[in-house]
Amino acid sequence: MNSKKIVFKRKDLLGIEELSREEIELILDTARGFKEVSIRPIKKVPALRGKTVVNLFYEPSTRTRISFELASKRLSADVINIASSASSVVKGESLTDTARNIQAMEVDAVVVRHPVEGAAFLLSRVLKASLVNAGDGSHEHPTQALLDMFTIREKKKKIEGLNVVIIGDILHSRVARSNIWGLTKMGAVVKVVGPPTLIPPRAQDLKVQVFYRPEEAFIDADVIMGLRIQLERQTSNFFPSIHEYVKDFCITPERLKLAKSDCLVMHPGPINRGIEISSSVADGACSVILEQVTNGIAVRMAVLYLLLAQKQI
Amino acid sequence: MKTNKTQVILDKNGVSKTIARICDEIAQRNSAKNGLKDLAIVGIRMRGAHIADRIAVLLKSKYKAEVPLGILDITLYRDDLTTISAQPIVRSTEIGFDLTDRKIVLVDDVLYTGRTIRAAMDELVDFGRPRNIQLAVLVDRGLRELPIQADYSGVSISTTHRQIVEVRMKESDGRDEVVVNSP
Repeated sequence: MNSKKIVFKRKDLLGIEELSREEIELILDTARGFKEVSIRPIKKVPALRGKTVVNLFYEPSTRTRISFELASKRLSADVINIASSASSVVKGESLTDTARNIQAMEVDAVVVRHPVEGAAFLLSRVLKASLVNAGDGSHEHPTQALLDMFTIREKKKKIEGLNVVIIGDILHSRVARSNIWGLTKMGAVVKVVGPPTLIPPRAQDLKVQVFYRPEEAFIDADVIMGLRIQLERQTSNFFPSIHEYVKDFCITPERLKLAKSDCLVMHPGPINRGIEISSSVADGACSVILEQVTNGIAVRMAVLYLLLAQKQI
Repeated sequence: MKTNKTQVILDKNGVSKTIARICDEIAQRNSAKNGLKDLAIVGIRMRGAHIADRIAVLLKSKYKAEVPLGILDITLYRDDLTTISAQPIVRSTEIGFDLTDRKIVLVDDVLYTGRTIRAAMDELVDFGRPRNIQLAVLVDRGLRELPIQADYSGVSISTTHRQIVEVRMKESDGRDEVVVNSP
């Protein structure tokens, strides 16, 4: 019954690309056990008592930072939040120098979000502490993909063989990249759809099917995953106008009808209502957007637990 | 030639008789005022949970008592998380009732160092304030490292640290038995 015992040997969680299917399954299985902790009268277990987790955020975030903070606290770890705007970064300190100083304070894990791809990898080579990538530029956002897979598995009881559509700005999206790695490893059929300018060149190399019209991609979908249109990048003319994008790519009730009747609608947040997703879909019966947020805590607890609970040899 | 010795402590019959006896003792001791109404049974994953389940079934069939049943996974409360070589798989705890002011019978298969029971009690009190906590075990093998004792024990045997006490339950292992392996 308890025969498969995989040990999670990693020091860091940098991306989904480097994980095996077995490791992904171990994280998701572990997260299942943690979900119940958040509905207890006392939402706390002593597993990481005495450990220190630093949230080092060089980009704005509410969901991810709060989620990591709650996950750490519910495991009884101590948490420190550093926002770059309020730290010595504004005085010109480099990323590695900031990290080395944090290391000198004997912390056990650093959760980092940074606008540059590879920032987490760079830090992981400098630090003895475990590193968790909470988003590096357009590269990866592994815990988001893990919580998405957790939510899909909880709702659909499996991932293998499901049709999963990812729609929107695939080019700039670390959420899309991490999900593509994870979902294909777990055996899902992944389809990406968006304006040609927002689909990365050679997307097919990632074992995904590419579409340019949601009307084609949505047929028989089990899961539709929306992405935030990054309005701050709209100056670069990736599509003619917001109006045009809404007309062609917004997840509307009409388009949703093409998918399976029990299709899940997901979104990593924050959502732009009426742009990439219509309000009636975001708040509708198929939407699991808020459950994703709930599950995020359990998944991050599992990640921190697996990285930190027994690393003392 | 034979280096390993296996001694059967309880066979199938022995296991069910012993659980029945523990159940009778629990009923006797707790039914003074208002029957078994404020009692609850909580088993420790995983074989303690199977034994707890059987005790609850017996309390219902023999004493007509509907006793709430819970399951504890004590992994996150262990004191050896940083020293063991592989993390045990985390599974969920299921306490679907309010345990404040209830009498709780905590159930495990083997009582050994007492550290599991310490962890289980820490976890239980995070769910509320029970009136009391009693401990029932199928096997007490001695060698305690903490001041903990069982209120109900199926069999008490004296062992050495090198011996391995194995409890097998039909639900997880296909058959009921308790054996001691001596190297």
